Order: sequence, then C-alpha cells, then structure tokens
Amino acid sequence: MADVNPGDRPLSPHLSIYRPQLSSITSILTRITGNALIVAVVLVVWWLFAAATSPEYFAMANGLMTSWFGDLVMTLALWGVWYHYLAGLRHLYFDAGHGLDIPTATKLGWGVIIGSVVLTIITLFLV
Amino acid sequence: MRYLTARKRAEGNGASGTGTAHHWYMQVSAVALAFMVPTFLYIVGSALGGTHEEVLATFARPFPAILTGMTLFVGVMHFNKGAQMMIEDYARGSMRRGLIMLVICISYATIATGLFALAKIAL
Repeated sequence: MADVNPGDRPLSPHLSIYRPQLSSITSILTRITGNALIVAVVLVVWWLFAAATSPEYFAMANGLMTSWFGDLVMTLALWGVWYHYLAGLRHLYFDAGHGLDIPTATKLGWGVIIGSVVLTIITLFLV
Repeated sequence: MRYLTARKRAEGNGASGTGTAHHWYMQVSAVALAFMVPTFLYIVGSALGGTHEEVLATFARPFPAILTGMTLFVGVMHFNKGAQMMIEDYARGSMRRGLIMLVICISYATIATGLFALAKIAL
C-alpha cells in the first residue's frame, strides 16, 4: 500500500468538459434537489419548533411559511422532493442493473422530469 | 509487526476504507423514504397553513408524530451521507474534511431540534 498517492487523484464529475445531455442533466438535478432540500427541512423543523414554543413564535414562523415567499419556497421544495423521489427510484433501478441502454435511460429521464411536475401539481391540488 | 498482508487489509474496503457500507445505507434509506415520504408530505402539507391549535392537535396524535420523526431522522441522515458524496466529489484536503464536519453538525442539529419540537408537542 506504500505506492498509493491519495492527494493527487482527479475529482470525479468533470462538469466543465462534459457535453450536457438528458442523462447528465437529470443526474446533476438529482444531486441539486437532494442537497437543496435541507433548506426546506430546516424551515419545516423551525416551524415545528415555533409551534412547540409559543403562540407568538408560531405566528411569526407561520406568517413567513404561509407568505407568498414561503409558498414559493415550499412549492419548489415539493417539486424537489418529487423529482428526487422519482430520480432515486430510477437510481435504484439502475443500481440493480436494469434500464441502462440509451433508449430506456432516455425514457426514464423524461419520465422523471414529467412525472415530478405531474406529482407536484397533484399534491398541490389534493393537500 | 502487523500480521495482516497488504492485500488482506485492503480487500473489500476500496478507496473509502469502509467498503460498500455508505452505498448500502443510501439504498436502504432510499427505499425506506420511498414508503414514508408520500404520507409525510400529506401530513405536513395538510398541517401547513392551519391555526396553532390545529398544528398542535395534528402532531399530538401518535401516527403523524412518529412518522414525521422517522422521516425527519432517515431523511436528514440520507441528506448527510448524500451531501458527503457531493463534497468528496468537488473538494479535497482540509476543505473536504471541514465541509463534511459542518454537514454532520447541521444534520444532527436539525434532527435534534425537530425531535425536541415533536416530543414537546406530543407529550
């Protein structure tokens, strides 16, 4: 193990030299939505914490969460959840060794994009 | 003197040193979240926009409280390990270690705050 050089390996996704295509865009969006969702989680936890603390604190947190800006953030987060949900299922399917040929991967990519928008709209209407 | 051969030390552990444990955790938590998230969205989505009393009443019931707590824990730990993967892809050295520590701190602080709030409402 003495000849291993751990400090000088290339970093993996070469975003700047990689031609954008459906599979790469849907993949990077999975990462972006997944990591951005922590903002929504922190907001919801803050809102719950305010509810547990006092009516005044809740009024403040709830006012922000139900303002037009809060609605915008929560709607974007909802799309982020559904996108990450479907892309995650696709990831599990890929990991199991299925759907890796280009036509199927392309269909799954569009399925994830269109499906996430449809599920977001359904959730907004139902909940 | 170490009795293990270099091959034996490395076998199955890969560059991470922990083998497939990280990837396996992501798969298990992904499947768990696939089951929990739709109901979680329904519970939180319905509670959002309600009055203070309605919100307290929702999370005082066992099922919404337990499911919200579980989804929060599994979801944030899934974030924790996913964010670590992103950091390992784009940063190296001290920056990498520092960012991973920061993500771990944010994750546990978020979980602790959420569980505290749920416990306080439910009990």
